[in-house]
Amino acid sequence: MTADQFCTFTLAGQHFGIIVDDVQEVIRHRPGSRVPLAPAAVVGLMNLRGRIVPVIDLRTRLALPPQPAGAEPFNVVVRTKDGPKALVVDDIGDVLTLDEGTFEPTPGTVRGPAGELVRGAHKLADRLLLILDVPKVLTYAPAAAG
Amino acid sequence: MSDLDDIVKEFLVESYENLDQLDRDLVVLEKAPTDRATLGSVFRTIHTIKGTCGFFGFAKLEAVTHVGENLLSRLRDGLQPLTSDVTTALLQLVDAVRELLDRIEKTGGEGDGNYAELIGHLTYLQHAKVLPPAPVEAATAAKTTTDVGVIDASIRVDVGVLDQLMNLVGELVLARNQAVLAAPSSDEPHFHRAVQSLTQITRELQDAVMKTRMQPIGVLWDRYQRIVRDLATQLGKQVRLELEGGEAELDRGILEAVKDSFIHVVRNAIDHGIESPAVRLERGKPAEGLLKMRAAHTGGQVVIEVSDDGGGISPDRVRAKAVEKGLITADQAARLNDHDAVRMIFLPGFSTADAVTNISGRGVGMDVVKTNIEGIGGSLDVRSTLDVGTTLRVNIPLTLAIMPALTLRCGGERFAIPQMNLLELVRLDGAAARKSADQLHGLPVFRLRDQLLPLVFLRDVLNLGGEQDLEEWNILVVQAEGRRFGLVVDRVLDSQEIVVKPLDPQLKSLTVYSGATILGDGGVALILDVLGLARTAGVLSPLDRDRERVKASGKSTPVSVNTQTWLLLASGPDRRFALPMAPVVRIADVPVGDIESVGRLAVIRYRGDILPLVKLTDALGDPPRPWAGDSIAVVIFRDGDRLVGLAVDRVVDVVEAEARTQATAARPGVTGTAVLADRVAELIDVPAVLRLTDPWAALTAEVGAS
Repeated sequence: MTADQFCTFTLAGQHFGIIVDDVQEVIRHRPGSRVPLAPAAVVGLMNLRGRIVPVIDLRTRLALPPQPAGAEPFNVVVRTKDGPKALVVDDIGDVLTLDEGTFEPTPGTVRGPAGELVRGAHKLADRLLLILDVPKVLTYAPAAAG
Repeated sequence: MSDLDDIVKEFLVESYENLDQLDRDLVVLEKAPTDRATLGSVFRTIHTIKGTCGFFGFAKLEAVTHVGENLLSRLRDGLQPLTSDVTTALLQLVDAVRELLDRIEKTGGEGDGNYAELIGHLTYLQHAKVLPPAPVEAATAAKTTTDVGVIDASIRVDVGVLDQLMNLVGELVLARNQAVLAAPSSDEPHFHRAVQSLTQITRELQDAVMKTRMQPIGVLWDRYQRIVRDLATQLGKQVRLELEGGEAELDRGILEAVKDSFIHVVRNAIDHGIESPAVRLERGKPAEGLLKMRAAHTGGQVVIEVSDDGGGISPDRVRAKAVEKGLITADQAARLNDHDAVRMIFLPGFSTADAVTNISGRGVGMDVVKTNIEGIGGSLDVRSTLDVGTTLRVNIPLTLAIMPALTLRCGGERFAIPQMNLLELVRLDGAAARKSADQLHGLPVFRLRDQLLPLVFLRDVLNLGGEQDLEEWNILVVQAEGRRFGLVVDRVLDSQEIVVKPLDPQLKSLTVYSGATILGDGGVALILDVLGLARTAGVLSPLDRDRERVKASGKSTPVSVNTQTWLLLASGPDRRFALPMAPVVRIADVPVGDIESVGRLAVIRYRGDILPLVKLTDALGDPPRPWAGDSIAVVIFRDGDRLVGLAVDRVVDVVEAEARTQATAARPGVTGTAVLADRVAELIDVPAVLRLTDPWAALTAEVGAS
């Protein structure tokens, strides 16, 4: 049975994970410069040691309520073929090693962005860990504008 | 490719280079079939490939090159002449070799291509004719052993390494900028000196690395002799290609970007420009057409000219075609001068080719070339004289990666704008701004030395929020595709060299940015794309884009100058319209009480007939507004065999003036704006307005319904 390592984090009280191999680093959130006219989830461009990295707000992308005022979020920087991208998350959790046995794909009945962007969930003892499809999260464009 | 031996890789690289040389040599040979030196070089190239591939066990390649070598050795020894047939076959041989090499590179094997026919043909040619040996030109034989020694001074470097070097230099420039920014706050003299030398060294390094990426434009041209020859043969034309200034150097990224465009231009010139030999002789020209490509450095740019001595472009045919395709109205076409008319070949969807050929008549020609050239910050223009020829002139920047730019602030964000788009900066305090800014149908314009400059508020285009400061206007006068407009920003910050970084693919659809850059303090600024801004803000319409051109000197001159009689009309207290007097039948003063309605349509009785009225402001899409006075002015036009009236509040004046058309707002019914009698007036396109409203059709419909 194969096992994967996941970098875990929370968003609006829910637990999410992405495969740890995709993660380059985790840093304190910096909003960067705004990109006027960009999709709502692209909240800025930041300078990460000389590289220009787009900052994508996961709450917006997953249609979750916005961060409360005064929140101190983190940026999870993921590697992609187009260079690194930063994902804004509420809080960072542990790196978990989980095997396939606890995994279940997202039921087709889940609607909204989560239905498309969550690959499935690992059933942990006390909670569900939702596994994000990173490439889809990065490029997702809602069908209806707004 | 990854598991391919290094030796094979080297063999491939070398062979490709040799093949390019071969293409050139063969075309040269066709002109001078007895040039022993060139024949010798061709022979050696094929011989080398054959020898090496035998060693690697590439049997097909060996078989093909073997018959080629046999044929070539006969040619070299003067046993048979180089005819056009033989040249064609040899070029096919080069193609076959290239195809095989390509397959080896991609798959490691030769594939299953069948070359028996080619081998048969080459063998046939070899035995076709045996001639007595031609006299050998002793002078040329001596040349064979020269042309060595350059190789020792250069090495082959992977392009990836060069790109990486360029990136690192980019980082260094940023670090330097940061150091320069920090220097004034330090009172350590050593630091100042260090920053100074850092600046100097960085600049030199930047220049040096830039140089490694430069390639002579000649590398693009290497294969043109071959392309031109093939095309001319295919089209039954005779074309001589002259290349000049091939040593002018360009950044390889730019070369790569314009490669296809130039091939397209060359194809166009041969296909549509140069006439068939019979036609040329008839016109008193030599049967052989001349295609000339010239490159030269001027300032920070390379100018490339492609000229042919062909039939030229007929401005009238271009006008007719543009009208037929609905790109402009007949009226607009008549007003365009010949140069502007010819420039319409750059409009999207334009193609003058009478016959669609498989070579260039795809109807997507020159506008793609134009977009491509402008995409890298270049510009192009065309000059053509009927029956004499056509010259296309292209200006291309030397490099893209690092460029001088102006940084600015708007809506709390910082942006950069390339200096090459910038013409001048205008700063106005509130009163001056209000005085020189006119409203033109809700569109702000600014009077700059008596020329109208449409204004674009960056805050609005980018939806930045906040309010425009009324006390201080900073206007950047910029140009895109030769059209000028004023970009209003909050503050102008600084002029600096920026390193252009591409935008995230997800943001590529935002055409208002061309990239991003890191500023001296580490912050990120978006680089504004002037062309994208202009399009988004609607200050460019397809035709406007080509109306006004900027001369190569960078000085802008309006192109369309109309001296004619204008009828100046007014609507409300502030709107001025002008329309050409010529087509006006009559102007009538009509009491508002005399206006009757048929359904939703206003009509008046005029000389015993019904005259439908078009309220000009309604036709232009203004909100409905009652008439200002007790009577209105009706300007009567002939529409086909009937009359229609254009209704406005009043007639102001008739002026004889040279209206400097400042084409703006892509709005149906308005061709542009002009300063007439000291006021800004919108120039009305009467046929378009009538088409927009079609009052007679509306009247017929209303009558039918009631």
